[in-house]
Amino acid sequence: MYGGGYIPKEEARKAVVNDDPEMLAAFEERVARGEKVEPRDWMPTEYRRQLIRMIEQHAHSDIIGALPEGTWITRAPGFRRKLALMAKVQDEVGHAQLLYSAAETLGKSREAMINDLINGKSKYSNVFNYPAKTWADVAVIGFLIDAAAIVNQVANSKGSYGPYCRALERICYEESFHLKQGHSVFVYLATGTPLQRSMLQDALNRWWKPIMHFFGPSDEMSEHTLTLMKWKVKMATNDDMRQQFLSLYVPKIQELGLSLPDAELRKDPDSGKWLFGDPDWAEFFAVIRGNGPCNAERLAVRKAAEVNGAWVRKALQQADARYVTPLA
Amino acid sequence: MNIPHKSVPIADLHREPLRHLLTALADDHLILGHRHSEWTGLGPILEEDIAFSSIAQDQMGHALGFYTLLHEHLGAPDPDIHAFTRQETEFSCCQLVEWPIGDYDFSLTRHLFFDLAAGLRMETLSLSSFKPLAQLATKIRGEVKYHMFHAKTMVNQLGNSNDETARARMQTAINRQFGLALGMFEPRLGEQILDDAQIAPIESKWRERWLEALNAVLDGSGLHIPDPDRIEPVYGGRNGYHTEYLQPLLNEMTEVFRLDPQAEW
Repeated sequence: MYGGGYIPKEEARKAVVNDDPEMLAAFEERVARGEKVEPRDWMPTEYRRQLIRMIEQHAHSDIIGALPEGTWITRAPGFRRKLALMAKVQDEVGHAQLLYSAAETLGKSREAMINDLINGKSKYSNVFNYPAKTWADVAVIGFLIDAAAIVNQVANSKGSYGPYCRALERICYEESFHLKQGHSVFVYLATGTPLQRSMLQDALNRWWKPIMHFFGPSDEMSEHTLTLMKWKVKMATNDDMRQQFLSLYVPKIQELGLSLPDAELRKDPDSGKWLFGDPDWAEFFAVIRGNGPCNAERLAVRKAAEVNGAWVRKALQQADARYVTPLA
Repeated sequence: MNIPHKSVPIADLHREPLRHLLTALADDHLILGHRHSEWTGLGPILEEDIAFSSIAQDQMGHALGFYTLLHEHLGAPDPDIHAFTRQETEFSCCQLVEWPIGDYDFSLTRHLFFDLAAGLRMETLSLSSFKPLAQLATKIRGEVKYHMFHAKTMVNQLGNSNDETARARMQTAINRQFGLALGMFEPRLGEQILDDAQIAPIESKWRERWLEALNAVLDGSGLHIPDPDRIEPVYGGRNGYHTEYLQPLLNEMTEVFRLDPQAEW
């Protein structure tokens, strides 16, 4: 997990940027040739700004995403599940670390990014503003939300910014194990006792809407979107990614005899596209604006962690603290 | 941890004392692993989240290893059933591991105290005449070495910090939990029998080595331990007397498992 495909639009930001037209043309040619852009290379101001926003939101999603699943580590049933979930959530925090480092190469410090997160200035994937109520939620998150994130991250790993692509390649490799972890829990519940099956069906019903929201509403095919795609900042449209996800995973859910809470969901035989009912975009935007079931709690927990740990960070930053030779 | 064990014959005289030893080790690692895992997502820096999670995973693996020995050699139930279905009074962890994570200073100090003891225990047990235990201890010892690298590095950094608050917090954390730490070495039932058979030493021998090693670790850190002879060890855990924190922890740990212990999760 957990990078959502959807990066909320920034409002009322109309900075006038005059990039050198020759440099810009050379940059666009490089990107078109498939070359990677590296931190010291010239890049358009807007390219840098959009990438920082995207990578930092992805990083935030990893640390905030660790919270709903993290609460189930202490409750995981049995050693095998406990060990797997601990390792999985630890990976997610590790991904945040990698991604913050990638974003830092563009000139924004980790501290500044985390401050923006806890002050509500910077967003994270909307999906984590929903609660993980039962153990079956771990199955749905680990299987389907990780799967959705992989669709997004595999696309982005072919983007133009070198450090982000390299981080994503490593992340996707680990994510594939997360998917196996989630799938295993999912299958055990789906094929288990009636209680286990009903827990899973309930979780699926609750999570389906946030999953449909995961990639965001259809892109407005504005000049802005086209530029981001030309610069290989955005690699696929939200609709394309959602279609890819539905094609891959709806059959897997259905073959386990589970249902999805959308009577209109079906594949159109003519177009090959998935059709679905209104996913309630009004709710999606309400959650983005901070009115989801867990927005306040997630930020409060993150803020408490930052405040409680401030003395440690301060003490470690002492410039003349004695250097401790690394032991390994 | 999948070390294949074959049931080896154990003299009747040794069975009960060995069961006490292995259960204490298993429960200590399980409960502290549980506590450390609570830092996931909440650490003071991301790197510490990741470190505590690694240590917690190791400790869960160690607990599983000890429960597996109990299962294979001493007729205890399967590790999941053993760990997830016992009553609070049947646990024999020391009280140190039960306390909530508190602030980072408390958790870091506990991690130092516990892993220092675990390292010494595994060093001795790797020579145990009970071979399956010796094999497991050898494996665990290699992992605990890294826990100690982490604990020493962080304790030294914070102890030597120019930040007075950090130094004071660390010293206070040491002072406050020292009695609990000494409780790790509560005498076990039948410990002399195991000592005589060179299966495991009596706890007071480990305590002595731990105090020496701890002084060496803290030397140069600006931190010190209180006079151990003036601190009352907090005993009881090995005999099923626990703090008010253990039962809620067990309720949480077994919440899903108890829904249906026969189900496959």
